[in-house]
Amino acid sequence: MHASSRFHLRNFFQLATSFAAVALVVTSVILSCSQPANALPAFARKYGLRCSACHESWPMLNYFGQKFKDNGYQLMNDRDAPIWQNPGYWPVTFRITPIWHRVSVGKVQIDTYTAGMLDGGQAIQRISSSGFDLSGLDFHTAGTLEKNISFYLLPSSDPTGAFHFEQVFVRLDNIAHSSWLNIKLGRFELDNLLSEKRILTLTGNGGIYQTYHFIPVGDGNIFGQIGDNQLGIEYLGHSADDRTRIGASLVSSNDGNVNLTLGANSYTGFFTGSQAFDLGRMGVQRVGFYAMVGQAATYYLTSSTSGVSIPIPGSGIANKGFSREGFVGQFYFGPHLDLTVVTQHGSDNVWFGQGYGNAIGTDGNGGTTATCSSPAPGCPFLNNVPGTTLAMGSQAPSWNGATFEGHYVYSPQLIFIGRYEVEKMSQQANGDVCGGVACPANLGNISTYTVGFRYNPFMTSRAGLAWHNEYNWLHQDGTGPTNLFSGALTNINTSELLMGLDFDF
Amino acid sequence: MRTKLQNWMLLLSSAALLALPSASSAQLSTFDIETRIGTESHVGNVTGHAKDAALPYRRYCVGCHGPLGDGNGENAPYMQPPTFQQPRDFQLGVFKCRSTPTGTLPTDQDLFDAITRGFDRSNMPQWNTLTKQERADLVAWVKHFSPRWLSEKPGTPITIPPEPEVTPERIKAGRDVFARVQCWKCHGVQGMANGPSASTLTDDLGRPIAAFNFTDGSRPKCGDTDTDIYRIFMTGLDGTPMPSFADNIKPDEAWDLVFYLRTFMRQKSKEKEMAKTLGLKPVDPNAPAGQQ
Repeated sequence: MHASSRFHLRNFFQLATSFAAVALVVTSVILSCSQPANALPAFARKYGLRCSACHESWPMLNYFGQKFKDNGYQLMNDRDAPIWQNPGYWPVTFRITPIWHRVSVGKVQIDTYTAGMLDGGQAIQRISSSGFDLSGLDFHTAGTLEKNISFYLLPSSDPTGAFHFEQVFVRLDNIAHSSWLNIKLGRFELDNLLSEKRILTLTGNGGIYQTYHFIPVGDGNIFGQIGDNQLGIEYLGHSADDRTRIGASLVSSNDGNVNLTLGANSYTGFFTGSQAFDLGRMGVQRVGFYAMVGQAATYYLTSSTSGVSIPIPGSGIANKGFSREGFVGQFYFGPHLDLTVVTQHGSDNVWFGQGYGNAIGTDGNGGTTATCSSPAPGCPFLNNVPGTTLAMGSQAPSWNGATFEGHYVYSPQLIFIGRYEVEKMSQQANGDVCGGVACPANLGNISTYTVGFRYNPFMTSRAGLAWHNEYNWLHQDGTGPTNLFSGALTNINTSELLMGLDFDF
Repeated sequence: MRTKLQNWMLLLSSAALLALPSASSAQLSTFDIETRIGTESHVGNVTGHAKDAALPYRRYCVGCHGPLGDGNGENAPYMQPPTFQQPRDFQLGVFKCRSTPTGTLPTDQDLFDAITRGFDRSNMPQWNTLTKQERADLVAWVKHFSPRWLSEKPGTPITIPPEPEVTPERIKAGRDVFARVQCWKCHGVQGMANGPSASTLTDDLGRPIAAFNFTDGSRPKCGDTDTDIYRIFMTGLDGTPMPSFADNIKPDEAWDLVFYLRTFMRQKSKEKEMAKTLGLKPVDPNAPAGQQ
């Protein structure tokens, strides 16, 4: 390779990977601060059931809890309407988690100093920090407005108290007395059998499912993150015993952002189906599938201010496609041991692969994405304006991912958690993403594991407290800072140890 | 002057006296119960084992039924009749929903069905999400709380003849049965649970209990098929004021009564249509016997 082009490539990688590393840390911190989950003593109080009746370990639902949710937060015992409740009953639950955690990022590019002055040099260093911290606050209110009319309202804050609406929906249940006809409208979690909003883990990288959020390096498509709450309408049907479930959602392709800030007319469909089987002493096993097929804008009309082209909210056109398809298996091996497996194939249109798509830099869930938080000098967004062409070699990125999550339930009060996730690129975007040369085949690949346990010192229908302990380790290929001497891409490892008291009431 | 020993004796005697009421025959110790951990149930081809139900009972049931199965779980104080009913005291071995004659123990299948179906207008949900094996294990667990299963066998399920075709004549005949056996005294002449005795009803433990209101759209506790309704008044609901009418109503008349009760219910039915066509009037409690 020519020396000057090597230099150019090295600079490119240096910038890109440094940015990716910082973005990963920022994303981790943001995500660790936002852990909306649905474990509601409000329901337990209403029905007089312990947390363990609906939760394998709160907030993760068991089969009975899933059926309760699918019935619109109703037990279907003719006492679901609020008229049967004590007038003083208010269906509200708070959840917050004081924690101590230690975050360690393997490679961060730092400035070097000589005699108290910046010397223009740089070095790579591990940064580890620890301390006491807080999660965000979830403020759940949910229940029934009337028999077969349910609602959910969840204002959620980051640790500083900045609120957004995490979930808001009204659901019409059992329309025409059929459990096969339920309609939900609002902002809600997609019908994921392995629910991220009920995840048992809390660390930055372990508190989300990487499979649900994976985006190739340089990709601008934030709209395919099935772990995020989305704005739209959902149909769900299920058999009376909830063994068979089908669902279809039509959501705006805006990753849950309100105010029509992105595409002018772009929608995404999400389809699910699953079937459960009674295997005697082994338990009830469930297998299912999901598919997300959508389009999102890549060209935004702009209005220039001080020479910076600012996208006009809601003006996105030139829709391009993306898809996610996956299989889910929930396997039980008796009363103590279970394993959930999710496999997913994802692919984005070539334009997304080159960074077009997200013009506003927010993920609609109270945080920023790995791109700029807003278009500004030095932080432009890519806009597919008329006449734009793609770099030579650009291709549609695709990848495969898998999540394996196992639990050992010693008792309803003590659960051990283990998870392994792997995301592997099957086709890199190339083009400008890697400076005009073919990207390494493993660029952006992720492998991560999380282990931990949650111990509930008491179990009642009034409140929940879990002593939470967790360790997460994440490895990503090629997104660490560029080696300062060889110019080679480096991998990045991050880890986090977290202990906390997770409580709701 | 009393000695220290006398003081201690007095204190212990007082404590023993205070403890007597709670040591009634129905109150069993953990030891008593644990000796029956080998209890089994047989539901179809599934054999349930009480020892395997400890974990699911703790997960799903203990909050209401209590660790000793006496219905004194932490939530029991908040389930106040008549809106809700107190959790079942399994130690008594008395169950409402049976296929067996009044006063007898239910079959394992009856208990299995109760767990599966749940109870409307109570906090007992349908547990059909559990595997058959888990439910059978829980049946054995429920049985192991009561010593009745040591000395008694479940009753023989009553025989229910095939359901005849509903006709206007049968509905009218059902109305006569309704008047004759005085269902209206509790359930009211229009099935609205407002009969003259309704406000006085208590269960066997003296707790207030409401008669079933046929008109409010809710479902009978022990199932809502015609066969279920037939079974309810032929077996009675043990522990409640609802007696068995097996000695007062012939099987054919029982079906007539089922058809008549259907005319009260909110749900659409052939019986309702026929009653409307007939112009059927509610029974008149003040009319002479036989002309109500």
